[in-house]
Amino acid sequence: MTDTNTMTTPLTRKDFVSNQEVRWCPGCGDYAILSQVQKILPKMGIPKENFLFVSGIGCSSRFPYYMETYGFHSIHGRATALASGAKVANPELSVWVITGDGDAMSIGGNHFIHTLRRNIDMNILMFNNRIYGLTKGQYSPTSEIGKVTKSSPLGSLDYPFNPPALALGAGGTFIARAIDRDQGASLEILERAAKHKGTSFVEYYQNCLIFNDGVFSHLTEKNTKDDTVLHLVHNQPMRFGKDNNKGLRLVGSQFEVIELGSKFGINDVFVHNENDKNLAMLLSELTYSDVLPTPVGIFYVKDTPTYETMVEDQIERAIKIKGKGDLNKLFNSSGTWVVE
Amino acid sequence: MSETKKQVTELTDVTIRFAGDSGDGMQLTGTQFSDNTAIFGNDLATFPDYPAEIRAPAGSLAGVSSFQIQFSNRDIHTPGDDLDVLVSMNPAALKVHLADLKENGMIIINDANFTKRNLQLAGYDSNPVDDGSLSNFRVIHVDMTKLVTIATEEIGLSPKLVARSSNMFALGIVYWMYGRKFDNTIKFIKDKFSSKPDISEANVRALNAGFNYGETIEVIKTSFHISKAVFEPGTYRNMMGNMAVAYGFLAAAQSSGLNLFYGGYPITPASDILHYLSGYKHFNVKTFQAEDEIAGVVSAIGAAYAGDLAVTATSGPGMALKTEAIGLAIITELPLVIVNVQRGGPSTGLPTKTEQSDLLQAMWGRHGEAPCAILAASSPADCFEATYEACRIALKYMMPVILLTDGYIANGSEPWKLPDLDKLPKLTTRRVTDPEGYQSFDHSSEILARPWAIPGTPGMEHRIGGLEKSDGLGHVSHNPLNHHHMVKLRQKKVDIIAKEIPDEIPFGDTSGDLLVLGWGGTKGALRSAVARARGEGKSVSHVHLRYLNPLPNNLGELLLKYKKVLIPELNLGQLAIIIRAKYLVDTISFSKLQGKPFTITEVYQRIIKEIEG
Ligand code: SF4
Repeated sequence: MTDTNTMTTPLTRKDFVSNQEVRWCPGCGDYAILSQVQKILPKMGIPKENFLFVSGIGCSSRFPYYMETYGFHSIHGRATALASGAKVANPELSVWVITGDGDAMSIGGNHFIHTLRRNIDMNILMFNNRIYGLTKGQYSPTSEIGKVTKSSPLGSLDYPFNPPALALGAGGTFIARAIDRDQGASLEILERAAKHKGTSFVEYYQNCLIFNDGVFSHLTEKNTKDDTVLHLVHNQPMRFGKDNNKGLRLVGSQFEVIELGSKFGINDVFVHNENDKNLAMLLSELTYSDVLPTPVGIFYVKDTPTYETMVEDQIERAIKIKGKGDLNKLFNSSGTWVVE
Repeated sequence: MSETKKQVTELTDVTIRFAGDSGDGMQLTGTQFSDNTAIFGNDLATFPDYPAEIRAPAGSLAGVSSFQIQFSNRDIHTPGDDLDVLVSMNPAALKVHLADLKENGMIIINDANFTKRNLQLAGYDSNPVDDGSLSNFRVIHVDMTKLVTIATEEIGLSPKLVARSSNMFALGIVYWMYGRKFDNTIKFIKDKFSSKPDISEANVRALNAGFNYGETIEVIKTSFHISKAVFEPGTYRNMMGNMAVAYGFLAAAQSSGLNLFYGGYPITPASDILHYLSGYKHFNVKTFQAEDEIAGVVSAIGAAYAGDLAVTATSGPGMALKTEAIGLAIITELPLVIVNVQRGGPSTGLPTKTEQSDLLQAMWGRHGEAPCAILAASSPADCFEATYEACRIALKYMMPVILLTDGYIANGSEPWKLPDLDKLPKLTTRRVTDPEGYQSFDHSSEILARPWAIPGTPGMEHRIGGLEKSDGLGHVSHNPLNHHHMVKLRQKKVDIIAKEIPDEIPFGDTSGDLLVLGWGGTKGALRSAVARARGEGKSVSHVHLRYLNPLPNNLGELLLKYKKVLIPELNLGQLAIIIRAKYLVDTISFSKLQGKPFTITEVYQRIIKEIEG
């Protein structure tokens, strides 16, 4: 009975809301992301019971408790490893990893890069607030150098990771950036991420209003965001600005901002190609730029076989060649003797 | 071929050690002889011992690799203490192993390698072959390499490749000594070198040349015969511990109807389990070679949540890395089997040598109150049943189970009676699919195991994780009384297993002067030593534990029936700590930490000392 219900009645956002009280600080960017995810899941055409949300440790990692799906709140840094095991065990599942900048890039850095390299089909949403929230405000691996925090009263001495560049370097096949407060763009990115066959990495800029408030405000405030955010659209010139009057031009291997008008025309603006890895690298280099806009959207997509399908293929091939495993045959396979 | 002119001497048991440089192929030679011995029908036990370095300098003492086998016409439990025959392919091997040879024992030497440089490397001032220092032994020394060169001349291989077949010459001599046919080795060579017919042919010729040499020369005056051992009826094969673990997993997966998922990271001496399982894809086995030990076990936990029979194997250092995750499996109450093939520690320690020093780590090596079931395998073949039992407990009770084996039984071998698969206990799981009244942390069953609802099952969506959960509903709970209750519940879940653990029945008497209590891979030496002392009328008995957590119900009572309890362990007394703490019974520890198993003699002598002393 339940079967038919889940299969025939279209799912809605509400089907994905659990009965647990959400415990993030009021105003935390996590709320927006939660609601965006809950909005797109019903559209995926996947039975609700096939969703699995896995998280590590950190503020963001409470996420699975708020989803009315299967969920696993694991241990610090290990969410991608746990999700890998679950997905390989059951490739039917739609697996989502909810992690943070500390969880994914610090304690879980190793699992993060190896998951990307293997291209296991899962969606990694990394809530990047550039701070440790749950442990109450130490600098994170994405905090800017010089950041004054509880554990760096004289300023942090760590150079930060550049998440899209790291993911590209690790061989990621879907790399994107979203912003908690930019719902429109985020929904599109999430949908594409979910549909991508392979590891999708979405860096979600997320405001922690308690320990790092406003770190992305230049990208989200009305009066600045048009000039600071570059929305990446495949096959479209990379334009931005209030009146869409600015663009990025490539000079040598560097981007520079041009004003569209008398001197430069639309043909001078570089066209985004989400399948060009070199371009994705150049775009990821804008992450910490003071002068150039911050790219948001899909940096890079590549279609390539996923790990878990290759696992299934190997099993199928092995069965074809050797026949279905037979224990008695295996046990008797070498050097046996019979005692009467 | 000349007619057989020599006499045959009847023996009951023989211990041979094949020793040489790492590059001399001693493991292969030993394995071939073992398989041949098994097929011949003797009882046997083997002990490979190899250097930690992959390529220690050729000819050096550090580079000596050896393989020991005892075979017999009676039931034996160890690879033997003292050697009857030592095959020394180079001076270093002779230097390292001579002390273990019995007086008047036989040494088989490859003269080709007793060069000035090799003698120097081994620390010999003069060649022991001709300076009289081996006069207490029977020495057969022959330039094997030269004879192999002659035998393989027509093939036209390079001298280096020819020299590599010398081990087959040595094996040929030994085959002759024990009157063996060696079709299995010829088949092995042909399979192994099927793409290199030249090398295949050279090895076969070397083997035959060695056999013929044994037959012709006068030095060996007699060949030996060890009649078949008496085994229970059945089909047997020679089995190594790591392979038995892999087989145990396969059998458990089949019985439970689950797919097997192995998540792991290569580590000596456990890697062979990963190697074997990765070859069993046609059994629907998924092996995930993870980026590190942590991901190895964590991926298995993910697979367990997703509904597979999830397992991992490692050794001490890897176990240390896995401990946090094992705590997660304990609090989420998921079935998981973790095999620890123990080796010498701490840290990198003695990676290729055996030890039993991870018992307390298994017991108490996690933060928080984190109990799980712990089992130990007692011999290479026993690894099969122990693994199967570990899976049974994990699936039935919904908890991680640690199975302790060790380097000695992992690489050692003995005859294994193929099990009747239909007679193994059927493995049941806690899988549920009916959403009616489902609660993820429902502990109302008699054994307190929670139900196992797996992702993909409609209507049973639930969340689990490392945070404390409320009994029943399984919601995150920081309630103080709930935590107290859950901690006790997790302990009780383990304790309850004792109900179905069979009572220990001592080997020997149910009371007496001395009880020898052991666990794990020391069983063979302990049992043999106790048997020897009992043969001399000593009042000594033996109990060997498979279940270490929980312990068998009758153990406490049993301990009180003996005047003394001796606990021999390859550690500083870890079981002794548990026994003393749990039963308030005094125990005597007999420790050995040399990277080697106990010999029968040293345990026997200690038994005598405790009884007479
Ligand atoms: S500490 Fe920051 S990140 Fe954490 S819940 Fe509060 S606002 Fe959100």
